[in-house]
Amino acid sequence: MKALSIRGLTKTYKGGHVALKGIDLDVQAGDFFALLGPNGAGKSTTIGIISSLVNKTSGTVSVFGYDLDTQLTDLKRQIGLVPQEFNFNQFETVQQIVVNQAGYYGVPREVAKQRSEKYLKQLSLWDKRNAPARNLSGGMKRRLMIARALLHEPKLLILDEPTAGVDIELRRSMWDYLEAINRQGITIILTTHYLEEAESLCRNIAIIDQGVIIENTSIKGLLATLNRETFILDLAPTMGAGAAAGLQLEEFQWRVIDDHTIEVDVEKSQGLNRVFEQLSAQAIKVVSMRNKANRLEELFVDLVEKGRQPAEVGA
Amino acid sequence: MRSSISYIALKTIWIKECTRFLRIWIQTLVPPAITMTLYFVIFGSIVGQRIGEMGGRPYMEFIVPGLIMMAVITNSYANVASSFFSAKFQRNIEEMLVAPVSPAVIIGGYVGGGLARALLVACIVTLVSFLFVSQVSVHNLLVLVVTVVLTSTLFSLGGLINAVYARSFDDISIVPTFVLTPLTYLGGVFFSISLLPDVWQTIAQVNPILYMVNAFRFGFLGISDVSITAALGVIIGFNLILFITAYTLLKRGVGIRS
Ligand SMILES: Nc1ncnc2c1ncn2[C@@H]1O[C@H](COP(=O)(O)OP(=O)(O)OP(=O)(O)O)[C@@H](O)[C@H]1O
Ligand SMILES: [Mg+2]
Repeated sequence: MKALSIRGLTKTYKGGHVALKGIDLDVQAGDFFALLGPNGAGKSTTIGIISSLVNKTSGTVSVFGYDLDTQLTDLKRQIGLVPQEFNFNQFETVQQIVVNQAGYYGVPREVAKQRSEKYLKQLSLWDKRNAPARNLSGGMKRRLMIARALLHEPKLLILDEPTAGVDIELRRSMWDYLEAINRQGITIILTTHYLEEAESLCRNIAIIDQGVIIENTSIKGLLATLNRETFILDLAPTMGAGAAAGLQLEEFQWRVIDDHTIEVDVEKSQGLNRVFEQLSAQAIKVVSMRNKANRLEELFVDLVEKGRQPAEVGA
Repeated sequence: MRSSISYIALKTIWIKECTRFLRIWIQTLVPPAITMTLYFVIFGSIVGQRIGEMGGRPYMEFIVPGLIMMAVITNSYANVASSFFSAKFQRNIEEMLVAPVSPAVIIGGYVGGGLARALLVACIVTLVSFLFVSQVSVHNLLVLVVTVVLTSTLFSLGGLINAVYARSFDDISIVPTFVLTPLTYLGGVFFSISLLPDVWQTIAQVNPILYMVNAFRFGFLGISDVSITAALGVIIGFNLILFITAYTLLKRGVGIRS
């Protein structure tokens, strides 16, 4: 069963800006899916169309088999949306906001009140239930929007940059929470700029740039396409100055960073063993090692740049 | 099933709307009470005593229905216009757009909110009027209730349409200032149009508010410058036109969906 299926989706905003140039996208039920892309790529536009906030120009969208054009009511009921910008009434209280939202989906008020206790407690907002939304901190407002999106118990939760402006600790606890509800069977689609977020949370990923999907695969598959990684090795400080500069390392591209640090490029076919064999033979002790940059980040930049090259015209 | 879901959504919007105007009661309920008290004092007590009778009634009694109507008109319009516009402005309108709420339910909820505030204000103004009028008679309760409900609905719809097009808070005060207030003053709140020269009597009949004020006054006092059937016809006709307009605008997402 597909949670989401998009075909040939285009969007031209009033004023002529083409935000989506015909995208196809599939998300399986139960998936944890990331939609990645630079600013202005068309992520929020795509999400806006799925959730009826933006009118599409052409193409089809279906959610759990319900078509956007012909079965809108059923389609809407499947989705919970956490938008990019705060969009609640700042003067309403936390509980009013979530209970009213459930009411719009037809959840009876008494049921909604009971559920609000469950979800507000899970998101640590129960103490704030009678506070007007404007008195919440930024992180609390994000969590409020998550609670609001869940009260009608949707099958597909869509989050547009849910962790923007959220501190690391809270971000981690939000990740845990999202993973927990995903395990309970809710399909999750999120957009993010934090690649680490996509890497640690999501199983599948699509990368969108300038209104075009340039990659749509599993995170594992994507990382596998990465041919070369750069590692930074810290050498034991007990070795004298110049230790790094003096060492020998054949078969690899490598650079000295400072007296006790080197950088080695490792092709996927090579493996790390040969690096350590050679260093051990020279009695060089490595105290620690790390990736130079987030791997996904490099890949992302690569892909986006490649996507932007003008297409080659066949002879 | 589907109808009960719509009913819950309708009730939710209505409760939200009532909560809103009650939360800010100092801005929504107190001003009409003060304004109307001033009207009663100035036009009713001070000036009214010199005027004597109007339409065969003491002037004070004559203007009470008109003033209640005036409060109903302004408050219905203002309530829906400012609530709907601020929902657009703060973007919480999106809460309704993502949910399976039909345009008719959105309209119903907002109009219901405008109606609730207008009726509450009408009651407040009526209570205030007791301080100045010895007795308030009711000539025809049915006409009275139908007129006030339909008039409030009409101006709630008007406020909604205004808010759909509005791009700033200024845009929702233009119509009340330049259209509603003049039409209300000329709509027979303070005088019977039989006092006007013939030509002006004819012109005055183009003003829809005249029909509302007179039908409402008929409900209280049994006197009217226009036929009650015509008045109800005009009110119902305008309601239909405005409802269809509002429905079409929301359905298309004008001003709310890009
Ligand atoms: N309402 C609108 N009217 C006109 N153009 C718009 C509108 N909304 C978005 N756009 C344009 O469409 C393009 C895609 O915007 P979108 O918000 O979908 O990007 P995004 O991928 O969500 O970016 P970000 O990561 O910054 O949130 C941008 O060029 C943007 O300027
Ligand atoms: Mg965005």
